[in-house]
Amino acid sequence: MIVEAVGLRKSFGPTSVLEGVDLAVPEGSVLALLGPNGAGKTTIVRILTTLARPDEGHATIAGYDVVREPAKVRGVISLTGQHAAVDDNQTGLENLVMVGRLMHLGHGRARQRAQELLEQFALTGAMNRRAKTYSGGMSRRLDLAMSLVARPRVIFLDEPTTGLDPASRLTMWDAIGDLVRDGTTILLTTQYLEEADRLADRIVLLDKGRITASGTADALKTQIGGERIELYFADEVVARKAAGLLGGLADGPLLNLPSDGTAAHLHHVLDQLRDEGLLPSRVSSHRPTLDDVFLTLTA
Amino acid sequence: MTHDGFGAAVSDTATMIDRSIRLTRRNVDTLFVSILLPLLMMALFVYVFGGAISTGTEYINYVVPGILLLTTGYGASNTAMAVADDMTTGMIDRLRSLPIRSFAVLTGHVTASVARNAISTAIVLLASLAMGFRPNAGPLDWLGAIGLLVLYVVALSWLAAALGVIAKSVESASTLSFFMLFVPYLSSAFVQVETMPAFLRPISQHQPITPVIETVRGFLTGTGLNGTGWVALAWCTGLFLFSFTLATVLFRRRARG
Repeated sequence: MIVEAVGLRKSFGPTSVLEGVDLAVPEGSVLALLGPNGAGKTTIVRILTTLARPDEGHATIAGYDVVREPAKVRGVISLTGQHAAVDDNQTGLENLVMVGRLMHLGHGRARQRAQELLEQFALTGAMNRRAKTYSGGMSRRLDLAMSLVARPRVIFLDEPTTGLDPASRLTMWDAIGDLVRDGTTILLTTQYLEEADRLADRIVLLDKGRITASGTADALKTQIGGERIELYFADEVVARKAAGLLGGLADGPLLNLPSDGTAAHLHHVLDQLRDEGLLPSRVSSHRPTLDDVFLTLTA
Repeated sequence: MTHDGFGAAVSDTATMIDRSIRLTRRNVDTLFVSILLPLLMMALFVYVFGGAISTGTEYINYVVPGILLLTTGYGASNTAMAVADDMTTGMIDRLRSLPIRSFAVLTGHVTASVARNAISTAIVLLASLAMGFRPNAGPLDWLGAIGLLVLYVVALSWLAAALGVIAKSVESASTLSFFMLFVPYLSSAFVQVETMPAFLRPISQHQPITPVIETVRGFLTGTGLNGTGWVALAWCTGLFLFSFTLATVLFRRRARG
């Protein structure tokens, strides 16, 4: 486990923000911390990136303790926070070279690495413009590029696409996807279920400082209840007859039927209906979305 | 790629100095105002108020040292705002999650502040000569005056950096540093302390700026130091040590949450 946290607790004054959080992230995987505002996502990131101390519990990154060996931890991680951390009055290139020099790459190597990253994040054309002229999406990309200068082993992304328009969000997702393919470990926080679903191998659902559920997106969806089949009939009389045969809940011409999601089950249902002459006009199959998971578990 | 040792600290600091100076250079409005305002103040005191103020000498010869210290106050409040800007945007988390020395960031700001002040002070001094300031100082006197001013600016800049770390926003940094602009008026900068009401005299006489001004004035006008030199040196050194410690400790603590 490249990121490991056990029993993290943190209060700000009388307000308890984290109430015992355990995390384990295998190297090369993507973990999403999903939760509403105030769930404690950012606090977890701040503790793991050495910016805050836990009141209780401990955490290691690549084996280094975040409290006792902060300098070693900082050598293997990078953080992209909620607000683009770029100097508006420096150009994209200058911002990147500055970080490279702070990582002690040496001036020439810092410049070379900056050029690579500008290329990778489609910012080469804008590299000599001051960052304050960049669009929101460009700033975020520059921000992410700055966090990659030293090829960190673990990247923390705190709400990487909050406030971006849909097109910029897609570009950002592609950029993050590239990092995943390169084998970088990523821990990201998000309020967007779609984002967690799309980017993460595992999702940890956080509410009021506690983990309420965790697992793959699929596992979480299965956890809150099964799939269902919706059958549309000619009218409600037929629907009621079908309900008498198969069970389930008739609602007007619509019959809602629990299912295990397999083709065999659907086949079996349709066979039975055909035998009774009750064939539906339309069939659809529904899996719960992460939104259902989210609303069910944080309600 | 080493993150340890003296060399790394020097290199981090150099990088941050580069950054702060570049940002200062591009913040043209601020730079312009911090040079123009003291020039206007000097013109105001020499041409408008000066005629009514009696100091026993040519007023411009009396007031220039005070204007020089006022200039550094403006420069320092800009430093507080620049530090507060770093502290309240995501920049500070980025810099702090890098394996660099925490004082490098503040040292960058302070160095840019000293450089900015050196330029504006030089310009103010040149203007004062054009306006009729006639210093009566030998090379050693100049060296003494410049040395003390530099020490004062360094100390004040670290105090400004500490205020910038404390401030919750750029606006409040500007407000917090307001007193730096105000304190020189309660000193012997513009009028002699003896002309002030009795309750104010002890404050004006013993606040840190008065001995610094008296010393700079003593060096530049050749009127002698009358023992104020050591007091000024002690104040500046004390202020520097206090502010440096305060700023670096607060900086480390603030970002630790």
